Amino acid sequence: MRFTDVILQTATKVIVFIILTFALQMLFSGHHNPGGGFVGGLVTASAIILLMLAYDSRTVRDVLPVHFRRLGAFGILIAVLTGCSAMLAGSPFLDQVFSHAELPLVGEVELASAILFDIGVFFTVIGTTMTIISAISEDE
Amino acid sequence: MSPIILAVFFPFAFALIVPILFKVLRRIHTGWFVLAVPILLFGYFIRFYPIDGPEDIVVQSAAWIPRLDIEFAIVLDSLSLLFALLITGMGCLVVLYSIFYLSKEREALHNFYVYLLLFMGSMLGAVLSDHMLALYTFWELTSISSFLLIAYWYQRRNSRYGALKSLLITMTGGFAMLLGMLMLRAATGTYSIRETIALADTLGEHPLFLPAMALILLGAFAKSAQFPFHIWLPDAMEAPTPISAYLHSATMVKAGIYLVARLTPIFGGHPEWSWSIVIVGLLTLLWGSFTAIRQVDLKAMLAFSTVSQLGLIMSLLGIGSMALTPDMAHGQAVLLSGAVAAALFHLVNHSIFKGCLFMVIGILDHELGTRDIRRLGGLAAVMPVSFTLAVIGAFSMAGLPPFGGFLSKEMFFTGMLDAYRTLEGWTMLLPAVAWLASVLTFVYCMILVFRVFTGPKPEELPDKPPHEAPIGMLISPSVLAAAVVLLFFAPNILSGTILEPSMRAILPQTAEAADGFHVHIAPWHGFTAEVGMTAGVVLIGAYLYRRRRWLERVRDFVPWRWTLNRLFDWTLAGMERISLKFTRFYMTGFTGHYFAYIFGFLILLAGGALIALQALRFDFSDLSPILPYEYALGGSVVASAVYMLFARSRIASIIALSAIGFLVALFFIIFRAPDLALTQFVVETISTALFLLCFVFWPKLKEEDGRLPFRVTRLLISVGVGAVMTLIGLAAIAPRPFESIARFFENSYELAGARNIVNAILVDFRGFDTMLEIVVLFMAGLGVYSLIRFGREGRKDG
Repeated sequence: MRFTDVILQTATKVIVFIILTFALQMLFSGHHNPGGGFVGGLVTASAIILLMLAYDSRTVRDVLPVHFRRLGAFGILIAVLTGCSAMLAGSPFLDQVFSHAELPLVGEVELASAILFDIGVFFTVIGTTMTIISAISEDE
Repeated sequence: MSPIILAVFFPFAFALIVPILFKVLRRIHTGWFVLAVPILLFGYFIRFYPIDGPEDIVVQSAAWIPRLDIEFAIVLDSLSLLFALLITGMGCLVVLYSIFYLSKEREALHNFYVYLLLFMGSMLGAVLSDHMLALYTFWELTSISSFLLIAYWYQRRNSRYGALKSLLITMTGGFAMLLGMLMLRAATGTYSIRETIALADTLGEHPLFLPAMALILLGAFAKSAQFPFHIWLPDAMEAPTPISAYLHSATMVKAGIYLVARLTPIFGGHPEWSWSIVIVGLLTLLWGSFTAIRQVDLKAMLAFSTVSQLGLIMSLLGIGSMALTPDMAHGQAVLLSGAVAAALFHLVNHSIFKGCLFMVIGILDHELGTRDIRRLGGLAAVMPVSFTLAVIGAFSMAGLPPFGGFLSKEMFFTGMLDAYRTLEGWTMLLPAVAWLASVLTFVYCMILVFRVFTGPKPEELPDKPPHEAPIGMLISPSVLAAAVVLLFFAPNILSGTILEPSMRAILPQTAEAADGFHVHIAPWHGFTAEVGMTAGVVLIGAYLYRRRRWLERVRDFVPWRWTLNRLFDWTLAGMERISLKFTRFYMTGFTGHYFAYIFGFLILLAGGALIALQALRFDFSDLSPILPYEYALGGSVVASAVYMLFARSRIASIIALSAIGFLVALFFIIFRAPDLALTQFVVETISTALFLLCFVFWPKLKEEDGRLPFRVTRLLISVGVGAVMTLIGLAAIAPRPFESIARFFENSYELAGARNIVNAILVDFRGFDTMLEIVVLFMAGLGVYSLIRFGREGRKDG
């Protein structure tokens, strides 16, 4: 089924980037402001769904040649590895650390290992949501 | 971590890189890499040899689950060392043999060696553990690896059947053993075997003592293929021959014997223990050797022979354990303890000669494509080396000089005769049964050698022309055959160094009274009753072998047809039938029914918990006033819910449902929960899209089933769920009966460097939950994917 809605497609081209930017912002600012990996992942997934609605799933697959099942597994791997790296340092599994660093131009920035874990969550959520959605939408 | 624990885990760790080696270095047989593991471990354990006195015993431990008092406690005494050396030594030879047995081009070697290493590590763990639960864990791991190895050629129906059978029987036994161990723990308050042994004197009066003994024996008998649990072992012969030689004759099936020997200091003085082992052992010995004669498949013959030899070792341990009887005269106790020396010596002998025989039969199978004795014959001329090896192995098993088996068979007769002389009652039966079983053993050993290697060539020739095996396959059995001969001429290299200290571990009380044991094994003691019995075995056995047509008639007369196997199959099929019926009863395939179960349990559990915990306390005094727009929002939610109930089309109810979701998100905003509101908005958007996608697949909304009881049930469930949820919500704002934990999270910035408490909870405080949640989420996603993708294909087949 392929339908063309010029207004939706034109708007989508712009909106998708806004949504994706917002998603990234939520992912990285989640430590201090509303957001985080879970919501960020869901927002990213909703952007891709919007693309699928405006165009069709085959076009989206050509534009975004991402293997979503692997992406999900990759996310879990990142989350587990962050947990294990704490063990290498002699702390309990998943113990998170943070410190502050001074970067040029930006000023003081907090570096937290929790963000790595959150990125794992982010990828898993995108991978899972898109696996389900594309499995259902591509089913003949 | 202490070094012995690392040694136990070394095979597990190596198993992780085996698939990589197999993938990357395809040109080199993976077995060459794996061979390093048993060689290194053998080299490691041999350094402890001999463990003579109590000062040499190595005790190490590492915490595992300290809160449950579970640890990896390793005790390396002489008995454990004997088994560790058997496991690693046989492991070297078997891996070496498998390199030539399994083709590197055709076989899934990575699977094979991973399972093999899994077995090696778990078997080592089982014989070295002092903690009962660690022992149990490793014990079950050996069952699992055995299952995987039997099913190695899983394309074959028989392999799968044999694997499942062995798993079910040994695991049932293992579970009984676990129960027995928990009972022991309840009686003593410790999981440690050594501490339990120290408490053994007072343990006998405890009411749980006899049940624990019975359950542990059940586990040992199932593992060591004792009658009537022996039926799994012949079917386990579907495994590749190196595995049959390793697991199913030399090591794993001896785990039950190890357990009996290890726990003899606890249970030994009690006649229930000794006699059940003696009776079951002798029955197994007789039945196994009788059944072995009628086999035409060489591996099945060896399987039954293993069953009978395990029975032999068991019965000797039973006799030996009587030395611990409290009022036994000192001389008699020492006499009976000789049976333990015989058991241990025969255990070593059996592993060696049976390993050799299995490898020879593997050669026949590999080179000729058959192991059916009706299709084999006259092979001595073309396979002289294999013939020699088979003669050495089989004559040792038959108890002929000059092979190691002769010595242990004599010691077996001595043990049985001593029991007859020492004990009262019908003990004349013991040497009689032993003698009869030895005659039968002699007969099948002769069949094994002479039917296959001498006589006329069969008319129906095997698939391939007969020829000698490659040199690589002959190395391992030759080493074993050399050991068989060596053990005859120098048996005392074992007696002082490993048999005596191991006997001290099995019979500590007797050892204390007798000031140690003195084992001296000699081939000739003058004209004793044992020599007479051996001569009788040879004469009658040879006669029966000549007249085996007559023997065949006897065995045809016996109502065979595997009655025990029938019972097993029938029980299994019956259990499957009953569970299928029960599952069909509630798994109806109607989503409505499943929702009824889920919500029914929700009402019962959540509502029940509210009442049981006396949480139904309401307090509306401290509430803020409800503002007009909150009324408006609440009213909209109610209106949407009511509309959804009465909507005529499905798309209308989906939209009403989404409306409820978005309205709830607005509530979150009003109550200042931005994280929740954000998540709720996105989730609602995506799930609406998902609903609309699924919309295509849904059937049309049907008129509901109009019957009254059906509608009343649904009404009750929905009202119930609503009521319980409302009560939970109302009870949550009442003063709490316990201290709030919210305070801990409030200083999230100091603890986790995060100003967003919700995020700090998700990624830091409750990070483990989040990790498992994303795993579950991903699993669910994969589940949906495979249901949609492959469920449809499956439907095409069905």
